[in-house]
Amino acid sequence: MKAALRPEAAAEMIPENAVLLVGGFMGTGSPHRLIEAIRLRGTRGLTVICNDLCTPEKGVGKLVASGQVSRAIVSHIGLNPLAQKKMIAGDMEIELVPQGTLVERIRAAGYGLGGVLTATGLGTPVEDGKQIVEVDGKRFLLERPIHGDFALLACHHADYAGNLGYLLTAHNFNPIMALAATTVIAEAEHIVPVGMIPPDAVKTPGVLVDHLLGTGPC
Amino acid sequence: MLDAKEIIARRVAREIRPGTLVNLGIGLPSFVANHVPEEIGVFFQAENGVIGLGARPPEGMAEPSLTDAGGGFVTAVPGAASIDSAMSFGLIRGGHLDMTVLGGLQVDEKGHLANWMVPGKMVPGMGGAMDLVAGARSVVVAMLHTAKGEPKILPECTLPLTAERRVDLIVTELAVIRPTDAGLELLERGPEVSVEQILAATAARLIVKDDIPEMQLD
Repeated sequence: MKAALRPEAAAEMIPENAVLLVGGFMGTGSPHRLIEAIRLRGTRGLTVICNDLCTPEKGVGKLVASGQVSRAIVSHIGLNPLAQKKMIAGDMEIELVPQGTLVERIRAAGYGLGGVLTATGLGTPVEDGKQIVEVDGKRFLLERPIHGDFALLACHHADYAGNLGYLLTAHNFNPIMALAATTVIAEAEHIVPVGMIPPDAVKTPGVLVDHLLGTGPC
Repeated sequence: MLDAKEIIARRVAREIRPGTLVNLGIGLPSFVANHVPEEIGVFFQAENGVIGLGARPPEGMAEPSLTDAGGGFVTAVPGAASIDSAMSFGLIRGGHLDMTVLGGLQVDEKGHLANWMVPGKMVPGMGGAMDLVAGARSVVVAMLHTAKGEPKILPECTLPLTAERRVDLIVTELAVIRPTDAGLELLERGPEVSVEQILAATAARLIVKDDIPEMQLD
């Protein structure tokens, strides 16, 4: 059984310069209470790995706006003009990665693979500095795994054992990131007793989850 | 008289075959769905995690965990499936996606597409575009023929490419163009558009065979 963490206690676990994998796609499926707790604590020098940087008012975009993110690895920053400005001015290091490559690099770390071979990015600036590998006459880019110190996940429901289930398009990167970080913290909308989630409906097994964010006062 | 985007959306819709899986980019390409009859059984994928994307929900009925790749609230059609990002991009990169329709900043004589950044000015990021162009079975570019009067179909792209793969079709309000080994072949004219008008608005060399028919629109 997992203990329920208060958001402030979860934020306290995250040191300066930590590498965070954060679930969500334009804020859908992002752990909003956790992000707000990190913002309030003011932890700096963070590396954020997420599908996108959302908007300056929402999701991980709030941590960009508060100046707590020094580096980001993301596929899209189009709706965060502040991040674009910081990138062009050189105030923030942003590595733009094709979305499919991003999820596969995270998956590679989580599944113990040494990297991913993909045709995505060939002939584009994405291939700069990367090894090209030929397999059966086809060219591929070698893309390296991405591992995090923390994975910050959002889900629809969890049980006391930390088993997680997701709703509709709020899955996105969450089930993949659950395998790719040293410490995994999940923020659920509902926490239910063990036994209420049928085994076949468990999308992320509780053995991967280190901490659950409490749903109410705790 | 139809406006330019309406012409493009209607013409692209005619390319969509019954029973296929199709990914529409955000912006102009997303309008194509309005012209695809429900009864032909097409599933639209949104790469953030749904196969079977539906229309916007009725007022007040939005579900926060059911969004499209632009972050907007959507519905899902009967038979829809929700998937995580690894599955979503597995569909795209693994050759399971029949067609993608994407916007474009530039296309060149080799059929190369540039649609993800303007160095120093606009760096939205590639999102899923590079994966889509590299992996979809068919790539259709849906874009206005010119930008502020300047041609977007050029001898060679000056912006960073999205992929090294040649796109399959370019649809604008003025023309339908197919990139081939020999170059860009003009297939159709827009409504009440002359071949001379198309040539004047195109910087790339176009292959024009005898009679160029006017595009059919539903």
